[in-house]
Order: sequence, then C-alpha cells, then structure tokens
Amino acid sequence: MTVEELLARADTVQAEGLALIAAASTRSELDAARTAVLGRKSGRLTALLAELPALAPDARRPAGAVVNRAKATLEAALAAREEELAATARVTQLPRDLTLPARERWQGAMHPVTRVIEEVSDIFRELGFTIALGPEAETEWYNFGSLNFPPDHPVMDLHDTLYLASGSAGEQGEMLLRTHTSPVQIRVMQQHAPPIRVLAPGNVYRHDPFDPSHAPMFAQIEGLAVDEGISFVDLKATLTRFAERFFGTGRTRFRPSYFPFTEPSAEMDVECGVCSGFGCPTCKQSGWVEILGSGMVHPDVFTAAGVDPERYTGWAFGMGPARIALARHGIPDIRLLYESDMRFLGQFR
Amino acid sequence: MNASLRWLNDFLGRNASADEVRDILTARAATVESVAPVRADLTEIVIGRVVEAGRHPDAEKLWLTRVDAGGGELLQVVCGAPHVEVGTSYPFAPVGATLPGGVTIEKKKIRGQLSNGMLCSARELGLGSDHTGILALQTDAAPGTRFLDATDAGDVRFEIDVLPNRPDLLSHEGLARELAAALGSELRPWTLSVASSAPSDRSAGPVPAPNAVEREGTTDGVRVRIEDADGCPRYVGTVIRGVTIGPSPSWLAERLEAAGVRSINNVVDVTNFMLHGFGQPMHAFDLARLGGEVVIRSSAAAERLQTLDGVDRALPPGTTVIAGAEHAQAIAGVIGGAGSEVTEATKDIFLETALFNPKRVRATRRALGVSTDASYRFERHVDHQQVAARASVAAGLIVALAGGHVAAPGVDVRAGSEESPVVALRPDRVARVLGEDIGTAEMVRLLASVGFEPRDATDGSGVLSVAVPSWRSDAREEIDLIEEVARLHGYDSFSSELRPFRPTTVPDDPMVALERRLRGALVGAGLLEARPMPFVAGASDERLRLRNPLAENEAYLRESLLDGLVRAAEHNLSHMARSVRLFEIGTVFRASGEPRPTERRHVGVLLMGHAEPQHFTNASPRSFDPWDIKWLAELVAKTAFPPRDVRFNISDSDGEIVAPVSRILWKIALDGQSLGAVSLLQLDAPVWASPAYAFELDVTNAEVAARHVEYGSLPVTPVAEIDLALLVPDGVTAEEVQKVIRDQAGDVLESVALFDEFRGPGLEPGVRSLAWRLTFRHPDRTLRDREIEARKEKLISALARELGVRARTG
Repeated sequence: MTVEELLARADTVQAEGLALIAAASTRSELDAARTAVLGRKSGRLTALLAELPALAPDARRPAGAVVNRAKATLEAALAAREEELAATARVTQLPRDLTLPARERWQGAMHPVTRVIEEVSDIFRELGFTIALGPEAETEWYNFGSLNFPPDHPVMDLHDTLYLASGSAGEQGEMLLRTHTSPVQIRVMQQHAPPIRVLAPGNVYRHDPFDPSHAPMFAQIEGLAVDEGISFVDLKATLTRFAERFFGTGRTRFRPSYFPFTEPSAEMDVECGVCSGFGCPTCKQSGWVEILGSGMVHPDVFTAAGVDPERYTGWAFGMGPARIALARHGIPDIRLLYESDMRFLGQFR
Repeated sequence: MNASLRWLNDFLGRNASADEVRDILTARAATVESVAPVRADLTEIVIGRVVEAGRHPDAEKLWLTRVDAGGGELLQVVCGAPHVEVGTSYPFAPVGATLPGGVTIEKKKIRGQLSNGMLCSARELGLGSDHTGILALQTDAAPGTRFLDATDAGDVRFEIDVLPNRPDLLSHEGLARELAAALGSELRPWTLSVASSAPSDRSAGPVPAPNAVEREGTTDGVRVRIEDADGCPRYVGTVIRGVTIGPSPSWLAERLEAAGVRSINNVVDVTNFMLHGFGQPMHAFDLARLGGEVVIRSSAAAERLQTLDGVDRALPPGTTVIAGAEHAQAIAGVIGGAGSEVTEATKDIFLETALFNPKRVRATRRALGVSTDASYRFERHVDHQQVAARASVAAGLIVALAGGHVAAPGVDVRAGSEESPVVALRPDRVARVLGEDIGTAEMVRLLASVGFEPRDATDGSGVLSVAVPSWRSDAREEIDLIEEVARLHGYDSFSSELRPFRPTTVPDDPMVALERRLRGALVGAGLLEARPMPFVAGASDERLRLRNPLAENEAYLRESLLDGLVRAAEHNLSHMARSVRLFEIGTVFRASGEPRPTERRHVGVLLMGHAEPQHFTNASPRSFDPWDIKWLAELVAKTAFPPRDVRFNISDSDGEIVAPVSRILWKIALDGQSLGAVSLLQLDAPVWASPAYAFELDVTNAEVAARHVEYGSLPVTPVAEIDLALLVPDGVTAEEVQKVIRDQAGDVLESVALFDEFRGPGLEPGVRSLAWRLTFRHPDRTLRDREIEARKEKLISALARELGVRARTG
C-alpha cells in the first residue's frame, strides 16, 4: 500500500467510523461500533495502524500522525456518544405516567388553639413581654380575694367554679380550679419587682356543661404590664398594635366593661374581618367582634400583691384563644376542639 | 335589660334614633347586643300614596285606586274602605307581603279588577281595633318607605348587656341619663302626659308623701312593721282603695311589650312600669288578704309559700318574707305569693315600695333557684333615696289608670340607713392613670353630667370632693371616679400611640421554650396535637376529686395523660381512622400532703395503625410497632434531658399495671428516678385495629437550658467497616452483646449499629442471629487490615467467653 492509499483509507475509516458511532442508539450498538473501528483484532483503524511498519521509513512518521489523529477523533466521538447515551438512559428511567401521586409522609399539626397562643405570644414578645406560667389548681384567695372580687356579688355568677375536695387551704380559702389566668398576675407581682411585662397563657376551668359555645375547660391568655407611669394610653396603644399584627386591622373599639380587678375596665373589639364592619351574622350585625377584656390594674390588687399602688400603675388583659380559633377558622362548635378527632386536627397543618 | 326606644325618648324629650342610642350606650355605658323592631311583623309594609281613586265599575262599595308604592309605576289596587283620599298616604302591603295575622297578599282579581296589594287598616296591622277604614298617615315619607321607618308604630327594642356594677342602668331612666349626658341635654322628668295624650287616662293627681317612721307605723288602718332590719332597711306601704282592675291603656301595654314584658292588668302593669322605667321593683298585694297587718320578718321554721308562678315552696331558714296577719305573703325582693295576688276581684291594694338587702336577696334567689326582674335588681342595688318618691308616682299612676283613691299618706318604715359617700379625686392622679390630662374643668363637667356633684376642696389643694348620687352604688373610691371620667370622656378619645417602655424584670418561664421544642419535634414526626379535657372517672386518691363535678364520670382530676389519649383513639377508631397519631403536652395532678395538689407537666404520645400513608408503591403500609414508639420516646427524652443518660429499662414487674396499659415495654428513668413508661395499651377497638402503643414522660424537671453543643472535628482518615454476624442464645440481650463489643473494640470503634435480626431455618432452636456493622477509624492514620482482623478476633473470643455468643459462619 502506498502512502497515498493509506491516507485515503484513513479518511474513509474515520468518516465511516464517525457515521457508525453517530448511528449507535444503544450502549451495545456503541460497543459494536467501537469493536468495528478500534477492536484489537478486526478494528479497521487497528488494521491501518498495522500497515504503518510496511511503509518507507521517511513516510512512516507523517502517515502515523494522520492515522493517530483519526484514532483520537474516533475515540473522542465514542466517549461523547457514550456520555449522550448515558444521559438518555437516565431520562428514560423515569416513570411514564407522571400524574401518579407523590409518596407522602405523615404530617403533624399543632392544635389550632396552640397556634393562636403561639402567634399571640410572638407578637407580645416583640412588644417586650416574657411568658409566665402558674398553677391550674388555685386557692380562693389567688383566684378571687386578691383580685378584688366582692364576696356574694353578682359578678360571681360569671365565675361558676369547680372546687376540689382536698380541703381548705386555711386563710387562703378553698382549693379550686382557677376560673381565669388572672391569679398569675398576683404570683408574678409577688415574685418580681416592676417593671413587669408578662403574658400568661394557660387552661382555666368553669362549671359550665359542654354546649356548642361553652366548655368546662378552655385556654386563656393573660397579659400584665406594671411600671411607674403606665397608663390607659399604653393599654390602648399596645392592644391596638397587637390587633393590627394579629388581625391585620388597626380598627379597634374600646367599650366600658367591668372586672373587679381592673378599673377603668374596657372590652376591645376589632372590626369584623368577615364583613369589614358592615354587619353580618358573624358579628351579630354590629360590625365588631369582641376580642379581649382589659383594664388598669385596680389599686386593691396591687395592695394584695405587695405593690405600692401610689407609685406604680399598670394594665392587664385577658383573651380566649379558643374563641379566636373558632372565629378565624369558622369552626361552628367549641366541642370539636376537645374531641381529638384526627380529621379535625389534621386540617390545621 | 330590654329597652324601648320610645320609652327612652320619653325621658329624653327628643327623638333620638335607634343608631344614636346604640352607639352612645355601647361606647359609654353598656353594650347594646341587638337592635330590632318590636313589630318585626310589619317590616314588609310600606308607605303607599293614593294617586287616583274612583268607584269600582262592578261593585258600588269598592274603590278602584292607583297607588304609588315607590316601585316606579302606579299599581292598581282595589280597596273596600268607606273613604279613600287622593293624595293621602296609607300603609300598603305589596304583593308577597305577610300581614301580622299570617295572611300573605297575592295578586288577584276582585270583581273582575286586578288588585296588586292592599291598603291596610289599623286592625289589620295589629295597631289597635279600628277597622272602620284604612289608616290615613300624617307623613311626608316618600312612597315605598318602610312603614316602620316612617311612623312611630316602629318602636325599637334594644337588648343591653348591663354590667354587674351598674344596676342604675337597669331602668329606662338610668339609660336615658347616660344618653342625655352624651347628647348634652337634660333628663326630662317623667309625667303621665309625656307618655299619653289620651283623655281617657285620668291625670295622675298628687298623692300625699308617706310619713317616715322608725320600725313600725300605720297607714289607712294597716300596721306595717319591720322585724328583719338586716333584710329590709326600708319599706314604704301605700293603701289604694276602690280600684277597678282592667286592661292597661295602649301606651302602657305597648311600652311594656316593647321592653319584653307581658301586659297583665292596669295595677300589675304599673308596678312593672316602675321597675323597668325607674329601676324600683314594687309589689301590689290584694289588701283584703293581708288581715290588716304587714310584717317584714325572717321565715319561720318549715314555713311554706305558694308563689305567683304556682310553685309551692319551702322557705329556706332566714328568708326575709312579707307576711300578713297570719302567714307569709311574699318572698322579699324575689317573688309574690299566689294568695295575695291582685285579681279582677281586687278592690283595695297594698302597694309595696321597699329596699332589701342585696346579699340576702341573692342568697334566697340562689337557694330557691328562682330569678325575677325584681331579684335581679335588688341583688345589684336599688336607689336608696328615691323609694318614697317612687311610691307616690306609682300610687298616682294606679289612681289615674285604675281609679280608687289614696285616703291616707303611706307609711315609710325605716330600719336602717344608707348614705352615699363623698369621694376625694386628685386631678393629677386622673392624668397619671389615664395618660392624658383632660383638665379639671372638663372632669367636673363630665361627672356632673350624670349626677355626681364635684366641688373644689376648700384647702386649695386642687383635690375635688365628689358627692356620689344615690343610684351609683358602684362609685366608692377614687379609682371608680377615674373610670367614670375615662368612660364619659370616651375611651376612643384617648391616644393609642405606643410610648417607650422599660424592659421587664421577669424571665421567661423555661417550660415555655421546652414545650415549644417538644411540640416542634412531635409535629415534625407527623403527630397531631390534642388538647382534651382533664377530667376522669377515678383517681388513686380521693383528694383529687372535685367537690362539684359536672358529671360522675368526670369527677376526678387526671393523674396521667393516657386516659385522654385512649378516649381520643377510641373516638377516632369509631370514625374508621386507620392511623392514629396523637400527642398532648399537659398538666397532670397528684395528691400531696397539702390541700393543693402537685402539678406536673407530662408529654403523652399514642400511635396505632398505619405507620405511613398508603401509596401505590406500598398498598399495605406497615403498622406502628414498638420501635416507632421507642424512637419517639427517645426523641422526647433527648429533647427534654439533652446531655443526661435517660434509661429505657425493660419492665419485668407486671403487678403495677393499671388500665389503659396492658403491658409496660420500657420504664423510662433518669438517675434512678422514674420519668414514665412506654406501653402497649388496651382499648375498646374494632377487630381490624392494630395494637396501640403509647408513652408518657414527665418533663417537669427537664434540663431547660439550651443544649450545649461542642464541635467535633471532621475526620480526615478513612473508615474501616466490618460486619459481625453472631449467633446469640436466648436470654442474652442485644444490649449485653453491644456492651461487650464496645468494651473490647477500643477507642478506634467509631460506631456500632445492629442491622439484622434473624431466627428460623438454618439456625438451631434457642438461638437467633444478630448482625452488627462496626465502623473503625483512627484519628491520625489509616488502619491496617491486620489491626481490624485482630480486634475482630479479640471481640469474638470475648463474646464467646462472656456471653456464649459465637460468630456465624458461612
């Protein structure tokens, strides 16, 4: 074979080899192509390489360069095609029907009342409050006496109380299940000097049989701020800021109210979120939804807790996260909160 | 408290609108819960103006009219009234409207002429008995206006939530006082002519003022004596002779009905009018039944009384009663007796206007379980200065409406006295509490607007001396007056600008952060949080019992969270739940040596059923097993007690098991102290249900400080892994084997993990195969195969020596 013939063969082998490689659509076809071109025994390029020693010595070097270039080109093409085929193979491993459903895991959820407590706590933390807790079984003194409840007063009708059979705690009176979280106010003031800004969430109890809007146990969130110079303006400002953050509306209304342990006392309403204040069944046509009771700490409460009522002033509030949960989710019956029904709890993920 | 708009306007001397009344009362005094037309049955009636009227072509007694009812086109209406005036407005019932009697108006032909509605008479609208003609209206209201909006037939009823400290608002006069103060007007004194212009109501002539006496006195031959001075500090008796019992005039019946009170007769209605109008409960006795004597005394032993509601009641000892010569005739401040009730036959009346002790009335009302409009007011406080004046007004009204005469002055028997205080008010204190200085002059004006009498102190200190009016039993201290100022100034008038505050000295309760972490971990593990009731049917100690439980099966405080979780699981199973995954973080109670029980915070978890959601790749998901619950228990224990060695001890004593636990799997302990247990539960479950597992852990003493994490440097040397398949005779636990492995493998053992347990074919009985993967790593160099092999040999011989465990071959 002459040099010219060999070079022409090299061009042909390269062109045909590239065509073969390009035509390979599977891994085995590509392997076959590799064998046909570069195979140790019958590869066509391999055969050309075997011809080189037969050439004239001065022709060997340039011819060898050409053949080796052809070999490198083919090897690169093989590698590239192999990569292409591998990528294609990865794609085709996917399922054909991509509408099939995802593989789920069980998802947990906090109770809707807990969610309200957490959200309310987060907002008040930003307003400088810390969280305090207190016992659920209390004495009459902590629950009523220290909070300025007049004995035998009609206001007691609103606090139908569950008493424990464990006996009297002496001057502290009978043991009972706290009817509100307000005893925590007293406990905090007994243990810490002002300035005080605390939030006290917890369960409270009433002698109320279950019905769609009453439960014998429910959560409450108490708040207390005490310092020199704390005023009704601070009460309004802080609670209005809370309402803006929690309900997304700064439209609040403060109405006169009565709690033995605060004076002046005020009920805070926010604009009804369902009707934006126009009046609807949710807000009983009033345009407002009652959110919390509040007021300036009564001087007698300060005295009971050992705080000087002439030096310090303060404000307090209490709200029902269960009622807020019912309203925000449109839950029609408070009993659903206590049944622990998976179908119910699972909705609040 | 129900109030009538017209009744309030009687006191205001103007026509305040329903919206005005609602907004003022809610903002300043007491929340108006609802506003509703008293005659809701007339809401569909509109004003119709007759534009044309002519005789019906085929019926000489009928009119054929064209009526403008605001709809844009004139309606042809047939009318049977004697007179129809063109240009006059009449109440018009359009097609589709329902009249008070229940008749719905339809489009129909009357003697061949189409009639599109009906012009109404007073009687057809329930506005009186006049049916001689249709009701011509004096109104400028446009046709189509609602009849109720255009005429004063539309009285409005307010439902008002009066707070327990404001008994003065339990009357129309009291509510009107607040309205007048807000509107800047004076309260108009009530007279009969305010309410009625009807000549048939004889004017209320002056009734002589009662004579004040101590303890005992006589009026018109009736001796009145207070024996129970504590129960009754004041009692005014008035005798009215020769009355004619009959229906009340319409103004009185309408006002009472608007306030939700049924009209009974002219005398009883006057007493109710005084109660709802002025807040003074009264009682009218049939004088003939009293035997010439009225004694206010404590009930005798075993005394009984049949009350007005027909119930024969045993009177609790110490009940204040109003007795005639022979026996009790009324329960003071609560309810009258049937025996002395005013009936149609009554001729002479003994009218009671009294004050009763609020606490005694409350005790009686509670003991008898009967609450009345009278007891509601007496319990809260009745104006102690107006008693005699109210008696005279009422007697005058009875004479005006029922005839008869007051022959002798009444008797005003006193057995105690009540004074309203004068309270000092420091204007600077008002500013400090309220946060804004509204000025002394404004304070004085506000207080005076509702009857307080503020005066400057004579010492020049700037302190006000405020005389409290007799109807304001709630105002006794300075702070009460500060509230009064704030309320009358208007809560909404105060700024809501956030001011700087000093940081709190109170640290967060550490349990809050812990519970947040625990809740996050359990929610992240796919569990749903429950907040069940904490009451159970029984407890280990009677001190956990409630004295007044709601039900016998909820009479105790819980000592464990498991009962609640089991009840929840059973509830879910009854709804075919295939997977129950619940947790609670809650309080449990323990009896202590003190009356106060100990409270502990527990975490409880219950798992049963599918451990994973169903998927097409996994049609039968596996069920929760002990290893799932063990992991959650470990997760909670590690979260609550991070660096501590919480032990999961296998339970061998089954003696202490109580329902709902059927078997304790592990007892959880820390430093020898029990923290709880992981258990298999027994519950009321259908046959298809899989086993329920639970754990409960006491986290009260958790390590609440944030866990300290010390960085461990990342390894730079390669690992060497070996698998160790061991034949473990029964009686040897995995934990024991693992302990030997750890002891023998030395420092270079990085981790040891069990990856297989196998029993069955190929193994001799009484032996199982356990396989561990051991990972070795030297911190500084690559371990040589020889070293690993040597350790493995050492391990195997130690296992054989100490536990009889052999390596599995082949």
